[in-house]
Amino acid sequence: MDARLSILIAEDNAADRMLLSSIISRQGHRVLTASNGLEAVAMFDQEQPDLVLMDALMPVMDGFEAARRIKLKAGEALVPIIFLTSLTEGEALVRCLEAGGDDFLAKPYNRVILDAKIKAMDRLRRLQATVLEQRDLIARHNEHLLNEQRVAKAVFDKVAHSGCLNAPNIRYLQSPFAVFNGDLLLAAFKPSGGMHVLLGDFTGHGLPAAIGAMPLAEVFYGMTAKGYSLSEILREVNAKLKRILPVGVFCCATLLNLSFQRRIVEVWNGGLPDGYVHRIATGERLPLVSRHLPLGVLEPSDFNDACEIYPMELGDRVFLLSDGVLETSNPAEQLFGESRLLNVFAANRQPDLLFDEIQQALSAFRGKAQDDVSMVQVCLVEAESLPRPPLAFADSGQSSPLDWAASFEFRAQTLKRFNPLPFLLQLLLEVQGLRLQGGALYSVLAELYSNALEHGVLGLDSQLKCDAPGFAHYYRERTRRLAELDQGYVRFHLQLLPEASGGRLVIKVEDSGTGFDVQQVLERQRTAQSLSGRGLGLIRRLTERSTWAADGRGVSVEFSWNDQA
Amino acid sequence: MAITSLPSSDGQELTIRIQGRFDFGAHQAFRDSYERINFTPKRYVVDLDHTTYLDSSALGMLLLLRDHAGGDHAQISLVNCNADVRKILAISNFEQLFKII
Repeated sequence: MDARLSILIAEDNAADRMLLSSIISRQGHRVLTASNGLEAVAMFDQEQPDLVLMDALMPVMDGFEAARRIKLKAGEALVPIIFLTSLTEGEALVRCLEAGGDDFLAKPYNRVILDAKIKAMDRLRRLQATVLEQRDLIARHNEHLLNEQRVAKAVFDKVAHSGCLNAPNIRYLQSPFAVFNGDLLLAAFKPSGGMHVLLGDFTGHGLPAAIGAMPLAEVFYGMTAKGYSLSEILREVNAKLKRILPVGVFCCATLLNLSFQRRIVEVWNGGLPDGYVHRIATGERLPLVSRHLPLGVLEPSDFNDACEIYPMELGDRVFLLSDGVLETSNPAEQLFGESRLLNVFAANRQPDLLFDEIQQALSAFRGKAQDDVSMVQVCLVEAESLPRPPLAFADSGQSSPLDWAASFEFRAQTLKRFNPLPFLLQLLLEVQGLRLQGGALYSVLAELYSNALEHGVLGLDSQLKCDAPGFAHYYRERTRRLAELDQGYVRFHLQLLPEASGGRLVIKVEDSGTGFDVQQVLERQRTAQSLSGRGLGLIRRLTERSTWAADGRGVSVEFSWNDQA
Repeated sequence: MAITSLPSSDGQELTIRIQGRFDFGAHQAFRDSYERINFTPKRYVVDLDHTTYLDSSALGMLLLLRDHAGGDHAQISLVNCNADVRKILAISNFEQLFKII
């Protein structure tokens, strides 16, 4: 440590000035001198001394004024000022300190005390310098960190917000840097026109929490776009997070699969607070309870992808929230909690205002603005009312295969655990001309397949779904029968035919079931507003031609395209 | 926040007692409570009697303990959970991984 300081002596008495100078230079310091306050200030400007010994009473400018000016010029750095004074009454000494003095030394000078005071002041000066240096370092680091977060967030936004959070039927609230709270909200259109939504909450805060969000978002969007089901996406996400996240880091999440055509929502909740399906007609709110461990905890072999299915009507809403809402605390450290949330629900009269009412309740409770809360509300609307983005393709489509046929038979063991739709869709979308109709194609394939599987192979009667309890029964039964399935098949025959200016696709689907009365089902659909059998009408609307075999065990649909179009 | 751990007299069981908030601030102390012991317990008991609050990073820490204690073969009981703590454990379905008493 360099103990040599440069010390400014401001003293109008020449004898005192010389005495002090000699004491101080003998102690090894560099000496600067001034004979009044004005000179002292000028000398300070010129030489930037480390410490000032200041006589209180001087001509031209006294020590008090000089001390004030020097302290002002020194800014944040500590330049200790020791007043030299023969004044003894308390009031005068207080004036020294008020003018910015750090200490005083009574005349006549005692060199031992002078030396000790200079050393003590030097320690303070160094402490202050260290504090400033560390403060600046922390500020630089913090700025660096914020900058990194901005860049990371920009990258993250590209990945996470590539979906359809801005669709008119979605309302959400998320703090701008929610990703660094570990919160994640994703939404994407399925090729069939429905929607997948994910609200997630990673353990912890900051970068470790944000880091798992990227692969999760990639899997969610990639697989949704390719037509994979919610269960398949869940399995993949869980396996991926389990593989890459350290033990103890996981993601509480609720996933939704909304089918606007079929008017159902499929729900999987692992570790998030209850969400709700709000039925507008009755005002009823069905809780969507967490039934699973969070994502990234269980090995793939132990993972449970079982979803619950609820029927919805037009205008019904699904509401999800992160635990930040319930864990909002007030100054007395009470939590907002579920009962207060339920009170807000109960008091709500206009569903459209619910969001604002929750926000108001939270800020009233907390007493200040809220920044770590995520909420989302999705409304069931007519599929046609939503803008459907075209499917995205990576290749040019120039090498389009045009003249081929293929048949597939998926048998019991396969039907139990394999979803053939993404596979078939991918194959068909190799055909350039079909890409524009990719969404319709997928919707139709999905309907045909679930009809063949559920009503054909599994022998489920769609009339079961005439009311909500029957609806639940239907899906329980579907799960049970599928698990026990040991025979049966669904066949797809695909036929691609080139035509003069385009082409045509014929899809035939057959199943091993007993068939159904086509006329009767179509008739029932025209008349009844039931929860069942919306599929056939949809197929008719979306395809150019659709015909059912007389025995109801097979169906044939056609799509065609025109290159000039 | 104070975390103490106490072996049973036969050295088969380690009881970890968590007082106050069980959150990320308890991270190091919680790890120390089962890593800095000179025997290998067969069973672990996490006593949450005086735990006032438990957040998701505490759940992560419990998973770390479970991993340390042998993963799927770990024998860990969470005892004396109050209603709030029990609710948080229930939402995360931790009863599938721990014995909650």
